[in-house]
Amino acid sequence: MIKPLAYNIVSSLGFSAQDNYAAVRRGQSGIVPWLDPAGTPIALSHLDREKLQDAFEKQCKPSQKYTEPEQAMLLSASLAVAEAGINPASVRTGFVLSSTKGNIELLGIPDHGLGTERIHLWHTAGLLAAHFNNPNLPLTVTNACISGAAAQIAALKMLENGLYDHVVVTGVDMASDFIVAGFQSFKSLDPERCRPFDARRKGLNIGEAAATIVFGKADGKGISLTRGNVRNDANHISGPSRTGEGLFRALSRTLEDLPRDEIAFICAHGTATSFNDQMEAIAFTRAGLQHTPVFSLKAHFGHTMGAAGVLESIISMKALEDGIILPSLGYEEPGIEGGLNISTATVHTNKRYIIKTLSGFGGCNAALLYQTHS
Amino acid sequence: MKKITAYSRITDSLVILNGKPCEITFSCEPGPGRLAEIYRFLESGYPKFFKMDNLSKAGFLASEMVLRSLHYDMESPDESTAVVFANRSSSLDNDKRFQETISREDYFPSPAVFVYTLPNIVTGEVAIRNKILGETSFFILESFDAEKMMIFVDWAFASAGTRRVLCGWTEYLDGHCDVLVMMVEKESDQGVDYNKQNINNIYIT
Repeated sequence: MIKPLAYNIVSSLGFSAQDNYAAVRRGQSGIVPWLDPAGTPIALSHLDREKLQDAFEKQCKPSQKYTEPEQAMLLSASLAVAEAGINPASVRTGFVLSSTKGNIELLGIPDHGLGTERIHLWHTAGLLAAHFNNPNLPLTVTNACISGAAAQIAALKMLENGLYDHVVVTGVDMASDFIVAGFQSFKSLDPERCRPFDARRKGLNIGEAAATIVFGKADGKGISLTRGNVRNDANHISGPSRTGEGLFRALSRTLEDLPRDEIAFICAHGTATSFNDQMEAIAFTRAGLQHTPVFSLKAHFGHTMGAAGVLESIISMKALEDGIILPSLGYEEPGIEGGLNISTATVHTNKRYIIKTLSGFGGCNAALLYQTHS
Repeated sequence: MKKITAYSRITDSLVILNGKPCEITFSCEPGPGRLAEIYRFLESGYPKFFKMDNLSKAGFLASEMVLRSLHYDMESPDESTAVVFANRSSSLDNDKRFQETISREDYFPSPAVFVYTLPNIVTGEVAIRNKILGETSFFILESFDAEKMMIFVDWAFASAGTRRVLCGWTEYLDGHCDVLVMMVEKESDQGVDYNKQNINNIYIT
């Protein structure tokens, strides 16, 4: 078990975990009308570049040029590290970067002048550790949309095995033309705000964000990340399993014999694509979670890719701290065969366990179990 | 005791299985063409191979060699096997191909290319081929590091029910291939001892 010591979220809804959580509680969405590289209307959770740069320069006082994903990453990590009060330069502190595409936008800017190594994820992770004068080799986890969960599982193993005393997990991804064009080519984008689990859901929105959790060893107080597992569907590289195989197995391994009625809620992946949401319903039902309240945060933040697992876990932990089950924004009409208990209003709960799930390309699925001890 | 029960290596010039070079005569220069030649040499009979990007092809072939030499049961779904790969350049080789499809003058993004713009797709390809339902993970490191690879393997073993880990360094960029795949089994009396020195020896060959 490990314990979050501090969190941060940098998104279209604010630059602190508290501001982002408050916006979610108000039912606010950061998703705005946007255009894809071909000029077709889409909806996007867009991070304002001017505000980002201002906040970044104020917080990080950079002495060199940083790209936008690097700015978001460093701002988020720096705010969380300051709040946690840990020594980031210690040999006992580790850094984990979770990202799918990092600086991929540089591929479209041949004369960027930042060197050929800048596009590599290990280089981005190196900048993260270097910013804090950390002497350790940082780790990069890149496991499609479940990266943020896989990164937290890595932190769990690092701390439980005594590799470090503190681990800083930062997730980041931005909506480069590369990513937007790719999802558009898959015809998986909803031109309006997405509707997870709803009958009229048409696809996902891409979201830009960075998010950070600073973990330390659990002390039996507050919230802890208890377990997490990853399992594969062995079915299709870009489509979810029709039996929810990998997610069902990731959940079964993670929940073990925990009575299902002790779980307050599931913060699902809920991308609002037709197949994903249906697959999750099948997996949740198979895992005995058909009555557990479910919500998706994608209509607030969009799909923030490498940041999603970190960002959505933070919002979930804050809801658990408050003893609250959040409503699933964008959901109106039941649209899942077999049915799920989709949360439609803010409800109080005394239950102590919550689940975060994610699924991604390559057939990977992750389940994380958090609990509160107070 | 943990053992490396089989291992393979594919580089620009070499194809090695369990320490022995394969008797394969390349007819083309080093590059993607050689991956197709290895595929034909292995007689895999898996036409989906030709849809894959170069990184997936290389990781897939090295995995085929290891799993076949172990007579791995690819027909029975199995959660006790994990696939944990790492590399330096992520999916950059294929990312460049996708970038070409969205250059301003000729905008036509291809979903078939886009799907391979994630490095962990190769772990999914190996899982699909062999009905592996265990953990699949992908990590990025600046360069090959046996010690780090062993840490990743240990993490996978810590996930309940995992008995063997197909572990790989799968690097492919700009026509250059540097792949090592090895099967690490939790309890086996056969194979090579699972330690840093042996892993480095396999990599150096």
